[in-house]
Amino acid sequence: MAEKKRELVSGSRLVDENSLKERLIVIFTKWEVILAVLIVFEFILFSNLSPYFLDYFNLMNSTFTFMEKAIMALPMIFIIMSGDIDISIASIIALCSFSMGFASSHEIGAAGIVIIGLLAGLSAGMVNGFLVTSFKMPAIAVTLATQSIFRGISQAILEDQAYTKYPEKFAYFGQGYLGETLIPFELVLFLVLAAIMGFVLHKTQYGRKLYAIGNSKEAARFSGVKVDRARFINFTLMGLFCGISAVLLTSRIGSTRPNIALGWDMEVITLVVLGGVSITGGKGNLFGVLMAIFLLGYLKFGMGLINLSAKVMIITTGLLLIIAVLLPGFLDTVKARRKLRRQQKESGMVEV
Amino acid sequence: MSIPTSIKTITQRRETSLILLIGVLLFGVTMRAPNFVSVTNIERIVNDTSILIMVSIGQFFVILTGGIDLSVASMIGLSGMSAAMINQYNPGMPAGFVLIIGMLIGMVLGMINGAAVAYGKVPPIITTLGTMSIYRGMTFVISRGQWVTAHEMTESYMNLPHGNFLGISNLIWWGIVVSVIMFYFSKYTKRGREIYAIGGNKVAAKFVGVEEKKIHMTIFTLSGILSGIAGVMWTSRFAAAVNETAAGFELQTVAACVIGGVSIAGGSGAVVGVVLGALFLGIINNALPVINLSPFYQMFIQGAIVLVAMLINTLSEKRREQELLKGRQQ
Repeated sequence: MAEKKRELVSGSRLVDENSLKERLIVIFTKWEVILAVLIVFEFILFSNLSPYFLDYFNLMNSTFTFMEKAIMALPMIFIIMSGDIDISIASIIALCSFSMGFASSHEIGAAGIVIIGLLAGLSAGMVNGFLVTSFKMPAIAVTLATQSIFRGISQAILEDQAYTKYPEKFAYFGQGYLGETLIPFELVLFLVLAAIMGFVLHKTQYGRKLYAIGNSKEAARFSGVKVDRARFINFTLMGLFCGISAVLLTSRIGSTRPNIALGWDMEVITLVVLGGVSITGGKGNLFGVLMAIFLLGYLKFGMGLINLSAKVMIITTGLLLIIAVLLPGFLDTVKARRKLRRQQKESGMVEV
Repeated sequence: MSIPTSIKTITQRRETSLILLIGVLLFGVTMRAPNFVSVTNIERIVNDTSILIMVSIGQFFVILTGGIDLSVASMIGLSGMSAAMINQYNPGMPAGFVLIIGMLIGMVLGMINGAAVAYGKVPPIITTLGTMSIYRGMTFVISRGQWVTAHEMTESYMNLPHGNFLGISNLIWWGIVVSVIMFYFSKYTKRGREIYAIGGNKVAAKFVGVEEKKIHMTIFTLSGILSGIAGVMWTSRFAAAVNETAAGFELQTVAACVIGGVSIAGGSGAVVGVVLGALFLGIINNALPVINLSPFYQMFIQGAIVLVAMLINTLSEKRREQELLKGRQQ
């Protein structure tokens, strides 16, 4: 916080002394602005390359392909913000989807299936939270183990079979549109959840606590923050959101196989880190992640339109991830150098 | 050190309990299937596990510094595919030379990881998460999605791991040689001790003159080299280079380390433990079909074992700390 304030102060002084140029530099080295510029650039590029890109129906419908991951990215912000990580989320999806398929094969209705899916996610998240907080084990190690356990359960029981019978009503969640419009239900649900999570992160005490925990667990504990309770809640939330995402995904593809959502944990973490949340915790905001979600989602859609293979997409995502972390550090160095030069200049002027 | 205390430290060591555990496991399986503990079967298990041992040791050094290398499986895939394709298009090239090229490719991939961590200040988990995708994607790009199959490989290439020396297969020899060299490196060389120092206390290590950047380059390059060898061995052993070679293998290497008593937070662990941890996993994988458990249980069982091993690690560390505290108070 203090750092940010100082930055603001020096920023305003910059504006007084110097010109538009300095102000532009301050604005354009902000991560969210860079992402926004990239999105604009992306839209211009793809709409020039393909006539089908800038089409209302296409832009709406392509969100189906990335909304489930987007929903999982929301609580992942909380987890990474407080310095933890969860690499078991794709396996939680497998567990939830398996539970729903199991319920469906026992003639349970759509509402019951959804409740069972959510409960499965919630309890898986609680298991993670419990293991991380009560045994003081690193989150990456715990979720590495539960990654195998959660998916292992569905694999052990399903073997090479699949659940493919779901009630007709159940299809709405992942395939339906809002009323008579062309707006997918998944997109609306994501925006509502993003608004709630954004409010919690930026406008409530709980959100401030997460920043404090991410900056220093010890300092947060000494100032009276119940660190482990907050971390437990984070993992539980993560599980619940995986449950929601599993409902959407299962409903959209209408089947459950043990390898469902394989590799999604890495993709979701990529979204959050690309959105500017520091992997060591304490830094970032929901808005940046929102940008990263749409940037990557439409990048995938656009590359598909111009027939670039999925493998090129994988490479691009990996490169973006590393650049996203490299760049802020690089920008900081540039800023520090400019500051130093300016100070030298100022002190020189005083002497004169 | 008096004799009773040295006995105590031996019995308390992770390696001892792992050997005991492996003994119990072998005994239990033999009860169900008497043929399990035979020379040929044990040799088969060690042969199956040699690749895991090599890559886990590379992973071990990274974890020792508090990092993690998620890209090992992709490095195996890319170096294995490259080596297989070089062999396919240059059948005249000696297989040993192809192995060296595969190793060098792994080395370069590892150095890229190391440079991003050391000089780009990108945390290891992010770097290797990114290169995991990049290297896997590059595998698809160079192969154009095609496989290299057995009839496209030369006889000598496929014989790399199967060859025989003193009645033991080459692959096992590789596992043994790598383990011994790495054991020596970790225990008796300056650089090896510096890796432990960085993992134990980064700040203190810097004050005594350990260069963190060099350490990061060393460990990631090492992990790359070992993955490179593993990649060549993998494709030649199974006589096929597919695009998904070793996918998910990174988790097994971390699992072998954790079972071997390596702390994920860094600073503690030993090569011997990692080798035993990998062997333990190898025995479990080979034992499942013998005791009539469907292979579909493998993933669940592995996860459960890792979790239990981690709990044991954590609880024993806690107990050690408490004993230290008690000792100080007296």
